[in-house]
Order: sequence, then C-alpha cells, then structure tokens
Amino acid sequence: MTDGTTKPILSATDLAVRFTAPGGRIARAVDGVNLDLLPGEILALAGESGCGKTTLARTLLGLEHPTSGTVSFQGTPLAYSTKTLKAYRSQVQLVLQDPTGALNPRHTVYDAVAEGLRIHGIDDNEHDRVAEALSRAGLRPPERFFLSYPHELSGGQRQRVVIAGALVLHPQVIIADEPVASLDASVRGEILALLMRLRDELGLAAVVVTHDLGLAWNIADRIAVMYLGRIVEQGSVDHVLTDPQHPYTRALVSVLPHSPIPEPVVLAGEPPDATDVPAGCRFHPRCQVLASGAAAAEGVDGHCRTDDLPILTGGEQTQVACHYATSRAQAVTS
Amino acid sequence: MTPLLEIDDLTITYRSARGEIPAVRGISFGLQPGDSLGLAGESGCGKSTVAAAVLRLLPRGTQVSGRIMLDGEDVLKMSFGTLRVVRWAGASIVFQGAMHSLNPVQRVARQIAEPIVLHEHISASAAEERAVELMTQVGLPTWRARSYPHQLSGGQRQRVMIAMALACSPQLIIADEATTALDVMIQAQVLALIKRLVAERDIALVMISHDLSVLADTCDQLAVMYAGKLVEHGPSHEVFGNAQHPYAQALSAAFPIVGDPDERRNPQGLAGDPPDPAALPTGCSFHPRCPVAMDECTSTTVELRAVRHDWQAACLRVEAEPTQPPAATPSALGVAAGPDARERDARAQERDAGSQERGAGDLRVRATSEDDT
Repeated sequence: MTDGTTKPILSATDLAVRFTAPGGRIARAVDGVNLDLLPGEILALAGESGCGKTTLARTLLGLEHPTSGTVSFQGTPLAYSTKTLKAYRSQVQLVLQDPTGALNPRHTVYDAVAEGLRIHGIDDNEHDRVAEALSRAGLRPPERFFLSYPHELSGGQRQRVVIAGALVLHPQVIIADEPVASLDASVRGEILALLMRLRDELGLAAVVVTHDLGLAWNIADRIAVMYLGRIVEQGSVDHVLTDPQHPYTRALVSVLPHSPIPEPVVLAGEPPDATDVPAGCRFHPRCQVLASGAAAAEGVDGHCRTDDLPILTGGEQTQVACHYATSRAQAVTS
Repeated sequence: MTPLLEIDDLTITYRSARGEIPAVRGISFGLQPGDSLGLAGESGCGKSTVAAAVLRLLPRGTQVSGRIMLDGEDVLKMSFGTLRVVRWAGASIVFQGAMHSLNPVQRVARQIAEPIVLHEHISASAAEERAVELMTQVGLPTWRARSYPHQLSGGQRQRVMIAMALACSPQLIIADEATTALDVMIQAQVLALIKRLVAERDIALVMISHDLSVLADTCDQLAVMYAGKLVEHGPSHEVFGNAQHPYAQALSAAFPIVGDPDERRNPQGLAGDPPDPAALPTGCSFHPRCPVAMDECTSTTVELRAVRHDWQAACLRVEAEPTQPPAATPSALGVAAGPDARERDARAQERDAGSQERGAGDLRVRATSEDDT
C-alpha cells in the first residue's frame, strides 16, 4: 500500500447523478460521492442492486454526465467533448458482466479484440497487439482463438476475450462491472486470479463493481460500500470486512456463510428507492443499531432521524458515515 | 422407516440433433421427512434435470431409467392422473427466476390459489383466503394479494413462488436456484424463511445451487454433481470443509470465507472447463481438470466409495474405510489430508458452532422483518 501521498489516478469529487423518473420524481442515483483510485490498486465498489454502484461506475467511465461534481483522471477534470472522451476511454476501459451479451456473435475473437485498435486508429502491428492482449488474458496460444466465434467458447473463455478487448489499448484503469457474476464457480477464481495478475504485471488499477463481498476479500485492496447513492463506509478490505463499523456493512457481512460476525443481522425489508431517500441518516429506517436502542443509549438517535451525514471525503483512509460509529470512536479516543 | 424420496440409479438421456446426451448417469440418494439435501454443481452437470425428473417435467422423448420413489410410489410408473395429484400436493418445485414463472396478468393471490382450487376442489374465494394466509406465512404483506407480479420486487416474487409451492402442503420441496438472482440481504431473508418452514412443517427439502457455501449453511447434507454423477455426498460441514473429491474441494474453495486469512488475495480456481456432456472424457470424467489425476484415472470408471458410514466420494484416491472407530481414522484421502484442508475444516466448524447459536436470533430478527416489505 502507499504512504498516503500518492496521487490518485482516478477520482470522483462531490459526484452526483440524478435521473428524472416517470412522473417527474427525481431519482438520486449517485448522491454525493468522493472516491479515489490509486495507481495499481484494486478497489471494490460493493452494494445491493439499486444502490447506485453501476451508475457511479458508468459516470467514472464518462458514459453518464454527472449532475454535479467532477470525475478527474490523473488530476485533470474530465471534459465531455467527443474527442477527449475518446482519448479518455483508451486509458480507462470497461469490462462488462455478461460476456455473452458483450460480444457480437458474428465477430471472430480477433475482430472483437481488434475493434478498440481500429476505433482509435492504431493500425501498426494489429496482429501482434491482438495476440499479446489475448495471451495476457490467458488465451494461449492466441492464434488458436483468432478465428473462433463466441458461441464456440466457454463462458470463462468469453470473459477472457472481453478482458483482452479491454487490454489491447494498454489502459491504465479497468472498470469491471460484476466480472464473474455470470460465470461458473470453478471458473470464477481463474478470472479473479487473472485480474490480480494484470495488476501485478502491468500495474493496472481496477474498480470492481460487485455485490459479492467474497470477491472483495479475494482480490481487492480497498472497499467502498454504497447504500442509496452514498458511500457509507470505505477503507482497507482487511479492516472493513473483518470489523465493519457501519451497521449496514455489519449486516451485509453478518449474513455471509461462515461469517466473521457470529450473530446474523437479517435486515428488514428492502432498500427504499432512490426517488425517496429518507431524511436524516438514509439507512435509519432499517438500522438495527437504532432499532435495538443502542443509538439512543449513545444519545445519537435524534441525529440519526434528522441529521444527514457529511459526505465521506475519499482518500485511502478508513471512513464511516454513521452517527453512532462516529460518536463511539470519539468516546474511545477522548 | 421408508424414506420420503428415494432415487435409485437414475439415468436420464436427452435426445437432440447432436445425438444422445447423457445428462444424469446413475445417481442414487434418499431423504427422510425433515431432511435437507443441497445438490451442487456447475451449469450442465445435470442437477436441474434431477429436479425436473422427480415431478416428471422432462421434455417428451427423454429416456429415463432407474427408480424415483416418492412416499412409496414410483413416479416413473404413475398414471397421469396420480401424477397430477402428486405435483403440488406431494412435491413442489420453486424455480429460479420468479418473473418468468409467474403469470404477468394475474393477481398474485389468485395464482397462489390456483393449485389449491385444482387439488382441493374448494371455491375460488375460499382458496384465495388460504392464499392470503400463506402470503402472511412467507412474510408478504396481505395488501399485496391484489398486486400483479411486476409490482413486486424480486425478493417478494420469490416469496410468492414459495407460498405457491407450500399451497397444497407438500411433503417435499425442491428449490432450484431459488435464491440465486437475489441480493445478499434478500437472499438471507428467503433462506431463513425456507429453513424455518422446513423445520416447522417437517418437510423434506432438496435445494439446488451452484453456490456450495449457501447450501452448506442451509442444508444438513451436501451432494456434489459433476458430469451427471454424484462425486461426493455426505454431511454438509464435512463436504464443504473437508471435501474428499478433488472437484468438491475446488468447488468449496471457489467460495471464499470472508475473514479467512488464507483466502485473502488468493482466489482459488480450477483450470479448464466443464466437459461437453455429448463427449465425456473416458474413465473418471473429471480427470482432464484434476490436479491429482493418476494414470488409472483416464481409464477406470469410479463409483462412490465410503469415506465413512454417512459419507461417500467417487475418487480412486479414497481408500475403502478401515474397520476402526471413525475417530481414529486418519482422513482417507492423501490430497485432502493436507494441513490446509484440516485447518479450513476446523475454521468452518468453529464458525458453524457460532452459527448454531444463531437459531433463536434468526427468528427474532425475522419476526420484525417480514411485515414491512
């Protein structure tokens, strides 16, 4: 890990993305996020469906325009002109969840991987570049796969082709949205090992969007947990997953099989939708700490119900957006 | 006591344009009321085919041999009339993907009531009253009775499917990837519900999933399938924590235990791909991917061997059980007897001990959780 002075390669500053839902209601999909990705780091962005993690990933890629706030790459705020976006996307590449949907069934593996090169007008050594990307992605010997069509490959091989397509432009950052969710269990580990190897060999930084905390434990350095458009807890995977401070993270970890937290907390109901974010702490209607009276004993229950929490400031230190956890931490230090 | 479900040498072969495809190749197991069995394996291993066979839901022309005894009657020999009675009332299936299994233009209470009307010949309104009761039991608010499936969330739709499966009080429930598409928290809610219902009603449960860790947490026994055969079958904590078959080991290692330092930054995979059922490898079907394969494995077909009286694995490296007390028996398989496997087992058991204490807590949390979805 770094000493805290390393400049982030990709950051989001006070990022908000709002959509207009049918009926004119405003969905706050991303509602104030600060996030920093350091060079060579694997960051897991975790949360349930609807928490805004995919919208955040798309915004980091420049696929969504933020309503407010900025995305910066190597310290420079992203401009949304076609030309800058094109250049940006050769540096920051997307790996999609479902490799079967991501590949054109009528393109050969060679064409699928070479497409990025052609779009960016790179025409020297196309053959070698494609071969290199395929072997980096673990398809060896690459020539054997050049003329294959997606339907002739297994799920794991297809995902490797998608990853090779992302690698061919030598990006600095990969954003992978649920990269193994559609793969068989035994193949999953191989693809995760590949992502780690790419980081080790090429220094590739990655944001891995996932609902799977086991994946974060397997490969990520840091984790940011999202709930209803905000990051509620972030920090090193070792800290956050073994000793979560936010009640939501604690609940998520507690329901894992063989969880490090012995008592499972099965949360009531489902997250509210993003058009109707609760006042106060956005988690308070489902919060087990508030419901058990522990927050009242700590004297923060009023804050939980009425005071919104400050937005976490990003960086690489462990942070939590919870009145109860903050109050407890202050009690310990004072 | 005769088992509720007894499957004996079940073999299922699909016919397709590519010829005959052996999907299930001679599997046997039995379940008593109150038993829960997790059936694990990758896509294409035949696990859903087994589920469909129990209620004879396979496509026409499929060749099925062997025996499926459900409460003393052979499902494969039943008349169509008897079969209709057995479906829903004797055994029912909860499928994956509730959106596709529910009728989009019918209110949910009416859908839950449909099997009740057909089986018990009571009026539609009486059946709908029962349906609303069932909805309460699975934690759905009663005002949802008049909703259409699209108005419900994924977790709620899955609960509707479970209510429907319970409608005619079956003795056996088969859950085929019933929680796979759900979020972690919703999955935890649905699993807790299934566990409670199995315990309360003394139902036998077959739960099918690719996720060994979820099965190990929910079921008493685990069976792992590979290429149409059972390769390991035994108590959940043994199969998950101390698997004897190399494939079962790989599958259990593929689901990391969060908090386990050995698995931190160390994803475990298995090279290669599942075999094509139309062109299975010779000998042990797993040998091309097996990290510890021997020469004999390419030619010798291996059947399940006893690891212990209640635990079997189909691997040449499993020695027949010596006639000593089980406690004194060293782990039978060289591969699994490594310190890693034992440590993992010990860790899993420690946590299991913790999770058994959870029982009471589970119910408490659920009592508050289910009426406000």
